[in-house]
Amino acid sequence: MPALPLNEAGEYVAAAYIVFFALVLIYVSIMAIRLRHIERDLSELLKLTEAQGEPAQEQETDHSNSEQQAGVA
Amino acid sequence: MYGRRLRALSFSTAASLCLALGLVFFFAPLEADQGFLQKIFYVHVPLAIVALCGFVASGLMAIGYLRTGDSRWDMRSYVTIHMSLIFGVGVLLTGSIWAKGSWGHWWVWDEPTLVSFLIIFLLYAIYQPLRFAIEDPERQSRYAAVFAITAAAFVPMNFIAVRLSTAYVHPRVLGQTSNLPFKMAFTFLVCLAAIALLYVTLCKYEMTAKHTRGQLRALRRRLHSEDGLVGVGGRSAVASLVAPAAPALQMSPRPQAVPGRLSESS
Amino acid sequence: MSTVSHEPVKAPAAVRGRAAPSMRATVAALLRKELLIELRTLESVPGMSLFAVTIFVVFHFALNQNSLAGNEAAGVLWVTLLLGAMLGVNRLFVADSDQGGFDAFMLAPVNRSALLLAKASALALYLLVLELVAVPAFALLLAGASLGHAFPTLLAVLALADAGVAVIGTLVAAIAVRTRARDLLGPLLALPLLIPVVIGSARASAPLFGAQGSSGRWLLMLALYDLVFGLISYAVFDFLLED
Repeated sequence: MPALPLNEAGEYVAAAYIVFFALVLIYVSIMAIRLRHIERDLSELLKLTEAQGEPAQEQETDHSNSEQQAGVA
Repeated sequence: MYGRRLRALSFSTAASLCLALGLVFFFAPLEADQGFLQKIFYVHVPLAIVALCGFVASGLMAIGYLRTGDSRWDMRSYVTIHMSLIFGVGVLLTGSIWAKGSWGHWWVWDEPTLVSFLIIFLLYAIYQPLRFAIEDPERQSRYAAVFAITAAAFVPMNFIAVRLSTAYVHPRVLGQTSNLPFKMAFTFLVCLAAIALLYVTLCKYEMTAKHTRGQLRALRRRLHSEDGLVGVGGRSAVASLVAPAAPALQMSPRPQAVPGRLSESS
Repeated sequence: MSTVSHEPVKAPAAVRGRAAPSMRATVAALLRKELLIELRTLESVPGMSLFAVTIFVVFHFALNQNSLAGNEAAGVLWVTLLLGAMLGVNRLFVADSDQGGFDAFMLAPVNRSALLLAKASALALYLLVLELVAVPAFALLLAGASLGHAFPTLLAVLALADAGVAVIGTLVAAIAVRTRARDLLGPLLALPLLIPVVIGSARASAPLFGAQGSSGRWLLMLALYDLVFGLISYAVFDFLLED
């Protein structure tokens, strides 16, 4: 006895809707992979800005940031 | 900014999809001929309509690109085709399942809409390989736009041809949709709206993601070039490279300069 | 009044005629160049024709039939012609791309669409030669019934199909030649786009081989296809040359 009382037609209908949702979910998981890449790149860039204090300082317009970096230097 | 209306869109998509599913399974009556199997119709046909409209729309966006040379149109055209291809996989799979359920074969050649859809899908499947096979980005957009326009014109032409070739065998699918009883027609329209909303939302997601990656790349280039030229007047070159990211970083000088220039010219 | 306004219009036209040759002269010159190159190198047409005859032999063994009729005959003929045409399409712009023909053309002060017209005419002529070889070969090798009675209709189908294949082939060849893997992308782009042509020409020629049905509306569909894609190609072709 199957969990859902599906006759033959019901199986096909279920399959069609599962295909639909599977596609959307596959898309979401691909987007998740991309989001992870973005996150990784961002943290890398953040490290870069933290590491190269001096060269970044000259082009920074934000005052608090440049003061902070001057203090580090 | 591409992500501005994303939240409202996502919520309305979720709500309308839930409503559509509820209508399909609890409101729409069973069809006399096919019974429960006919419920595939509510996902298959809207997917197909939305995907085809997406293909045609991408052709219009490509015209916009060739007219204006604005690369945003190219990006929209690309994303639309990309999404339509994903929906196209859904159309072919659900159509195949429907064919198996109602005729006992996974593929039937005398269903003109499904066959035309396969041909169109095969044509558009070349779009991305074509883009990646061209190195120069400007030429890539231009050639992709030419392809998108030609292919968009091909969509109706192909439908005419395939429909003519099978018309006298099986005149059924379009006849089926035109004289639906009210409850079915209403459910169908809600499903169509829900899937169209899903399409727009996913396109928006994709565009936002692409834009974000572009900005990230620009930021990375900026940081790396700062690393290279230690503040030796590298400013203007860098600013031109990072056009989208620049306004956020140069907040204070811009608003003063722009009205002044405007008043001078007027 | 009319003589006054007539005079200044005529003079610049004559000057312009010297500076930039007319569309017809440009197309004629380009077509002549194309045919001359083909005559001297014999790169496309002999290969296409030989290929078509070879494919007929392959079909004979693959289908294990001595003669074909009806839909099978039309199908084999059109698949063969289409594959032969693909060879021509793949070669169409290779010399221009590799040996600087594009650059030379871009430097000339002529209408860009002339290249489309010239190349499409050249491809149509190649297809004509291909059919001059392939159709008699098909009649000889595979067609069961005699084709004599069907000659006018067959000619119309071939002409309309050639026009469609030539237009789409030229457009696709111009796209594919500037890509990596152009030999692969050309047929992959062209074959789906040409499916309506295959439908139209195969269904129109099937009655000539003894199948039921009439050719009329298929000829109409082929003509519509040629018209639509002729206009589209004319509109978009310029954008493939902007460099």
